[in-house]
Amino acid sequence: MGQVIQDKVIDENLEWSRINADVIASMQNPRRAYWVTFAVCVSMFLCAIAAEIYQYKMGLGSAGLNNPHMWDMYIATFVFWIGMSHAGTLLSAILHIIHAQWRKPIYRFAEAMTTFSLMTAGFFPMIHLGRVWNLYWVLPYVSDRGIWPNFRSPLVWDAFAISTYLSSSALFLFIGMIPDMAVLRDHTTGWRKKLYGILCLGWRGDDRQWRNFRRTYMLLACILIPLAISVHSIVSSDFAMSIMPGWHVTTFPPYFVAGALYSGCAAIMTLFVALRYFFRMEEYMTLNIMEKTTKLTFAIAMVWTYLNLIEFSATWYGHNMYDKELLIDKATGPYAAVFWTMIFCGMVVPFTLCFQKLRRHMPTMLVVSILLNLGMYVERWMIVAPTLAMSHQPHQWDVLWGTVIQWAIVFGSFGWFGLLFLVFVKLFPCVSMYEVKELCLHLKHEIHEEEQAKKHAAKAGATSSGGASPAGNPGLEGA
Amino acid sequence: MSNHRLLAMFKDFDDAFEVIDKIKGKALSSVHVDDVTMMSPIEHPDIDEVFEGRPSNIGYFSLMGAIFGVSFGFFFLSSAQASFLVQPQGGKPVIPLPTNFVLMYEMLIFFFVWTTVFTFIGMSGLLSRRGTLYSEKLTVDEIGLVVEVSDSDLDSVKNFFKENQALEIREEKV
Repeated sequence: MGQVIQDKVIDENLEWSRINADVIASMQNPRRAYWVTFAVCVSMFLCAIAAEIYQYKMGLGSAGLNNPHMWDMYIATFVFWIGMSHAGTLLSAILHIIHAQWRKPIYRFAEAMTTFSLMTAGFFPMIHLGRVWNLYWVLPYVSDRGIWPNFRSPLVWDAFAISTYLSSSALFLFIGMIPDMAVLRDHTTGWRKKLYGILCLGWRGDDRQWRNFRRTYMLLACILIPLAISVHSIVSSDFAMSIMPGWHVTTFPPYFVAGALYSGCAAIMTLFVALRYFFRMEEYMTLNIMEKTTKLTFAIAMVWTYLNLIEFSATWYGHNMYDKELLIDKATGPYAAVFWTMIFCGMVVPFTLCFQKLRRHMPTMLVVSILLNLGMYVERWMIVAPTLAMSHQPHQWDVLWGTVIQWAIVFGSFGWFGLLFLVFVKLFPCVSMYEVKELCLHLKHEIHEEEQAKKHAAKAGATSSGGASPAGNPGLEGA
Repeated sequence: MSNHRLLAMFKDFDDAFEVIDKIKGKALSSVHVDDVTMMSPIEHPDIDEVFEGRPSNIGYFSLMGAIFGVSFGFFFLSSAQASFLVQPQGGKPVIPLPTNFVLMYEMLIFFFVWTTVFTFIGMSGLLSRRGTLYSEKLTVDEIGLVVEVSDSDLDSVKNFFKENQALEIREEKV
C-alpha cells in the first residue's frame, strides 16, 4: 500500500454533494448528548452569574481576595483561557502555512475555540477588578482628571494585545467561513437562509473572489502567528516583569506560549471527541486525524516538560534564596498535592499518547485530554497562588484555597465557554465544507500520482530485468 | 457591444479547463480568455496557471495598513504620554520607547488585519450588487463559466458550450 493511501485522513471518494448534505444535516439534528451538555453548561453558567451578583454586592472579600492574594484563581483562569485560545492559531494558521492537509476537517472549531476562549478570558480581569462599574477607567481616554493609563504597565499591554487578538481571530474565523455561508444560503430555508444570506456577503465563488480569499486567508494566517505569540508573551510579562519570587523568570514568555499551545491542543482533542459524537462526524473527524492531533500534542507536551524542568533547574542552581524556597515549598508545602497533580497530568499522562491503540480509542482520548487540561489549569494556579502565598515577607504568608464564590465563577466560565461553543456549532458548520472538498480533490490527485509512479516503476523494472546480467546490475547492464 | 451574459455549467474542473484552453486557442473569436469568469465550489490548485496574469494586490494594502498602524501607535501613545498634564518622574522618560514598541507592534497587527479584510471585501466585489446569473449547484459540485457576448455572437457561443459538454446554459441581459 502506498504512503498516501496509508496516511489518508479522509475518504477521497466522498461526493461533494454528500459533504454538503452531511454537514447541514448534522447542524439540524445533533444527538441527545448535545442537549444534555448544553443544559449542563447553562446550569454552570447560571451558578457563575449568581456568584458574580453576590460578589458584586458584597465585594471582593467574598471571593477571599485580600492582601496578599489579590489575584489568585481569577487571574490563573484568565491565563488558562488565553492559553486555550492559541490552539486555533496553531492548528489553523501554522498548519495552513505549512500546507498540512489533515487540519482541514477540524480547523473550524479550533478557530471558534480561539474566539470563545478569548471572550471568556476577557471577563476575568473585569470580575477581578471588583468594582466592575469602573472598568472604563482602564481605557486610554483623556478624562477630566487628566489621568492616562500607565503605558509602562504590562496590564495595559494586555488590554491592547487581547483586544487586537480577539478582533483578529474573530475576523479570521469569519473570513474562513464565508464560502461555507454561501453553501448554507443556497441549501437551507427559512430564517437560516436569511441569516447566511447576510453573513456570506454575496459570495458567488468566482475566480476573483477565490483568489483574493486565498491571499487574504494566507496574510491573516501569517500575521496571527506573531500576534498569538506576542499575546501570551505579554500575559507572561504580567508576572515576569515583577520582582516576585517564582515570577521574575526570563523563560516565562516561551514557557507560557508552550503551555498555551499544549492546553489548546488538549482542548482540541476533547472537542474533537465530543463533536464527532454529537454530530455523527465519524467520516470527517477520522481516527487518522485524531492520531495526528495527538502526536502534535505529545510533541508540545515534551517542549512544555522541558521548559518546566529548565525553570526548576535554573531556580535550583540560581541560588536565589526566595525562588529556591518557593520551589521547595511548592513541592512539599501546602500546595504540594496540586503541584504533583500538575506534574503527573502535564508530564506523565502525555506518555499515553505514545500508544497507537490508545490514540485511536476515543473514550480514552477524552479522559486523557481532560486530564491534560486539568494539569494545565493547575499549572496556571501554581504560577499565581504559591508566589502570593509565600513571597518575600514571612509575616504576609497565607495560603488561600478560594471561596465557594471564587470556585463558582471559575467553574461557570467553563459553562459560558461551552455555551458559546455549542451555540456556534449548532448555527455554523463545525466542519469546513469547501476545505474538505479541496482535501478530497488533493487526495485524489496524490493517489493518482502515486499509482502512476508505481506503474512507471513497474514498467521500468520489467524493462531492466529483461536485460539484466547474472551479476545483477540491471541498470548498468541495461544501459 | 456585449449585451448578454452567459453562464455555462460543467460537471467538473477538467471539462471547464478544456473549454478555457479552447478559448485561449481562439476557438471563439468573440470571446477572449480575460473576459471569462469561472465560478466554482472550491478553488482549484491549478487555477493560477489556467488564468495567467490575474494578480491579487491585497498584500500592498495590508502593508499600508501595517505602516499606518505602527505610525498611529507611535503618535497616539506619544501624544498621550506627552500631554500638557504630564508629570515627569525622576529618571523616567516621558515617552518610553521600549514599552511603546510593544504597543506599536499590536497596533501594526490590528490595522494590518482590518485593512486586509476591508480590502478583501472591496476587491472581491462582496457586498455589491451583481447580476442574477447564478446557480445553487455552484456551491455543490458544478463549475460555471461566465462570458459576456453580443447579440450577434450569442448563438455561436451557446453552441460552442453545448458542444463542449456544458450541462446547462443560463443567460441574462446586461
